[in-house]
Amino acid sequence: MTPMTYLYCMNGIVKRDVLRFLQQKTRLLSVLVRPLLWLVVFAAGFRSALGISIMEPYSTYITYQQYITPGLGGMIILFHCMQSSLSMVYDREMGSMKVLLMSPLPRPFLLFSKLVAGAILSTFQVLIFLLITRLVGVEIELMGYVYAVPAIFLIAFFLSALGLMLANLITQLENFAGVMNFVIFPMFFLSSALYPLWKMQEASMVLFLICQFNPFTHCVELLRFALYGQVNEIALGVVFTSAILACSIALITFRGRS
Amino acid sequence: MSESIGESRNQASHNMFESRSSNQYGNSAGIEVRNLSYHYGKMQALDAVSLTLSNGINMLLGPNGAGKSTLFSLLTGLKTTSRHNVKGVRIKTSTKGAAPKPTCEISVRGVNLQNTRTDIMRSMGVVFQQSTLDLDLTVQQNLLYHASLHGISPKTALRNIEDVLLTLSLNNKLNAKVRRLNGGHRRRVELARALLHKPSVLLLDEPTVGLDIESRALIIKHVRTLTEREGLCVLWATHLMDEVTSADNLIVLHAGQVKAQGISNKLCAHYQVGSVAELYRQLTANMEAL
Repeated sequence: MTPMTYLYCMNGIVKRDVLRFLQQKTRLLSVLVRPLLWLVVFAAGFRSALGISIMEPYSTYITYQQYITPGLGGMIILFHCMQSSLSMVYDREMGSMKVLLMSPLPRPFLLFSKLVAGAILSTFQVLIFLLITRLVGVEIELMGYVYAVPAIFLIAFFLSALGLMLANLITQLENFAGVMNFVIFPMFFLSSALYPLWKMQEASMVLFLICQFNPFTHCVELLRFALYGQVNEIALGVVFTSAILACSIALITFRGRS
Repeated sequence: MSESIGESRNQASHNMFESRSSNQYGNSAGIEVRNLSYHYGKMQALDAVSLTLSNGINMLLGPNGAGKSTLFSLLTGLKTTSRHNVKGVRIKTSTKGAAPKPTCEISVRGVNLQNTRTDIMRSMGVVFQQSTLDLDLTVQQNLLYHASLHGISPKTALRNIEDVLLTLSLNNKLNAKVRRLNGGHRRRVELARALLHKPSVLLLDEPTVGLDIESRALIIKHVRTLTEREGLCVLWATHLMDEVTSADNLIVLHAGQVKAQGISNKLCAHYQVGSVAELYRQLTANMEAL
């Protein structure tokens, strides 16, 4: 096996996932509609109710739309990764997974390639979303995009691994929706995606602590700082460590299942 | 449900007749399984199965629940134990050629399964019982995906795809979406996919089920021609007795046990029956009664 063999394989897996994604045009639409609704409708309604004071990385007062943009970017990644893991469960039930597993290349590499494919697709979707947010007055500097791409990729890799980990634990397709409710919504709402954590601290210390331990909070903060051309070291460390941990568990549990 | 593979004391006494002589299809090669047992919890799926499959067509007959799919899953590495050990399994693979290539012999106990799997998968093509094509992709995209999984470059893959589709009379379906193909064409695409990386061992799990007579005939003809020409070792699981010819190596699997193995006409003569169907009924009668 030469390095080129591995490259062809990863290229094939990424290409196949991109092709499948492009075949499902409504999927791209639904991925964008959900966060845009939050941005245009929800944020407009709560604009006056939730004032955002000066806080890092912002150097001045910002609009609520501006505040929740990184959170909604995180939401796109979260939903896409969980949907990808759902399709893995579906592939497993339908037998398509066998094609992947029949490859002579090591299974951890095959799964790693799947995670890379998921991360690339997520990055593409979030970039489209960020470009659209300009229409509602969310301004991002060019350096913000440059910093955002690797941040989004890392976040997406972590959440894809988390999704794969869940897909490994789920034995039946029917159970997936229930598990999603216990993963997506708590992760999203118990984070800094929609409100700064100091507001949560004022309301409940317990919830504040849970939010701080939620890795998705750090995903959002990593992206928030990146959009302003900055690196939040703590968030980067937490997301990076979580990605390695989730990836390792996903690979181990997958091998156990197979 | 816990799954495990265990070694049994049972033996190769089922091999009542010698398999096809090795020179019929070239040098001897294929699959060798010794004393393979597998159970799902308390249910025994395979009980001390021993098989020697030489080059040529090896027909695996057995009713539902006989253990055929479990055997396929084990041979393809889709099933393993949680301890990553496959006790008692030795799979030999080699390719046809004037000079026999070094045989890859695997005794998995204590040996790195990952390396073993890689060697086996490279030389193995599989058509699964269940369709595993991506319906939303074209025939070419499906085949390119498979080729990439085997580390084949897109350039080589395109050449192989053209060749294999031509021999299966599917060259006009290259850019057709699989969803738009009929059952016969889909099955042929699956066969094309299994042959794309030029395997020396072909596993076919009921490849003709649900097909019309014409499609069945085409697949059977193609596999038989290819087997003779390329010296493949084919394990063909089926319910359809008429797919077995008198010269095929026949294995009757029932309730997880090999009831008989040998050249089809010799087995029929030994059991004093006139056809494979009668032989099958005789060998599985007692268990069916239960």
